[in-house]
Amino acid sequence: MGHLDVNVILRNLPYLWEGLQLSFLLAAIAIAGGIFFGLIMALLRMSSIRPVAWIALGYVNFFRSVPLILVIFWIYFLVPLLLGHATGPFLSAVVAFTMFETAYYCEIIRAGVQSTPKGQISAGVASGMTWLQAMRHIVMPQAFRKMRPILLTQSIILFQDTSLVYVVTLRDFMTSVSTVASQELRMVELYLFAGAAYFAICFAGSRLINRLDGGFRR
Amino acid sequence: MSAYNWNWAVIVSEPYVGWLLDGLAVTVMLALSSWAIALVLGTVIGLARTLPSAPLRWLATGYVELFRNIPVLVQMFLWFFVLPELLPREAGHWLKRDLPHPEFFSAMVCLGLYTASRVAEQVRSGITSVPPGLAAAARASGLSLAQTYRYVLVPLGFRIIVPPLTSEFLGIFKNTSIALTIGVMEITASSRQIESYTFQGYEAFAAATALYLLLALLLLFLTRRIEARTRIPGWIARSNT
Repeated sequence: MGHLDVNVILRNLPYLWEGLQLSFLLAAIAIAGGIFFGLIMALLRMSSIRPVAWIALGYVNFFRSVPLILVIFWIYFLVPLLLGHATGPFLSAVVAFTMFETAYYCEIIRAGVQSTPKGQISAGVASGMTWLQAMRHIVMPQAFRKMRPILLTQSIILFQDTSLVYVVTLRDFMTSVSTVASQELRMVELYLFAGAAYFAICFAGSRLINRLDGGFRR
Repeated sequence: MSAYNWNWAVIVSEPYVGWLLDGLAVTVMLALSSWAIALVLGTVIGLARTLPSAPLRWLATGYVELFRNIPVLVQMFLWFFVLPELLPREAGHWLKRDLPHPEFFSAMVCLGLYTASRVAEQVRSGITSVPPGLAAAARASGLSLAQTYRYVLVPLGFRIIVPPLTSEFLGIFKNTSIALTIGVMEITASSRQIESYTFQGYEAFAAATALYLLLALLLLFLTRRIEARTRIPGWIARSNT
């Protein structure tokens, strides 16, 4: 091989930056959607109405058994059929990631809630709260504090997983990297750069989580 | 939704059913072979993270941080596209041209080394969750460090981490799908190929989904039995993810 050409990266930095912004946007929407629907799913999963709990359990187990790439393909294929017209891959990616991550966030939230002693809900209900109020004001504040580091770690994994939209050629960071790599015939530089960039972001993120978490415990 | 022509026969007719079954075989082979790498390497690295020697600990920690913080897709490309270019000419040439199925072996190494970083974390947490008094007692009664690991820490630590290890094992089957990006024809790639040949997307993806669900059920059944057999009586109940 020849020497590494750093200029090829500098030259294409604006294009790659656009891709990275799209990765961040997709991750942010999927994290927000995943936590929101994950919370609802977790409440359904803990419901005392059996069929409701079963449906939620089925949803979670289904999405935890299939690979994310297959879900991305499914939704990418289904959305235009359901809408009746073609849409860009972004909408499909948002739907696929939100549905998939809902299952994972649901399990994290459920574990957090169930680590709070049951007696606290009973105490809340006994002092006149409804079940939902007891959840909202007594259980959730404690549970969220406990699960915060795991929620954040899952969000870093989610950010890494956004690279998989490469398979439907949504122009995220990874797809941009690969486009430039094949246009400039510089795979070595570009993929090493992609690895370094993802590493820098995710490593900094996990360090930050450790620091936040450590500060919390002390 | 109006113009879709259902044709479930497509997934049980030749050559498509053959593609799916080949895909299943590739997924299983890839998952099992990378799991072997992950288990051996992950154990070594995980144990290294608990050793008294600081340089070994740092090295092992560096490995885990490196492989955990880069998306598997990027790692896949690094092994498949970049590594042959960085090696000496002959070695790179061998990897690209002479090695049969270079994409399969790249994927195997990639998933093996990535999963090793995850296994290492479990091994480390297993070893550190053995009460420190046990190791101290072993050392005090004259066992060497190696013997303490061999007879006390490893047997107990591994039985503690069987549940999280089985979930890593299930995870490697799902991660094999990422190998389709470098041309490995596993289950998802096969269903994608059927979709593009026949335009029967529902049937193709449904078949792939069914195969993954069957795999998950089968593995769950097997791993539950292993978990039941290896559980340490009296230890805290299995940790739930």
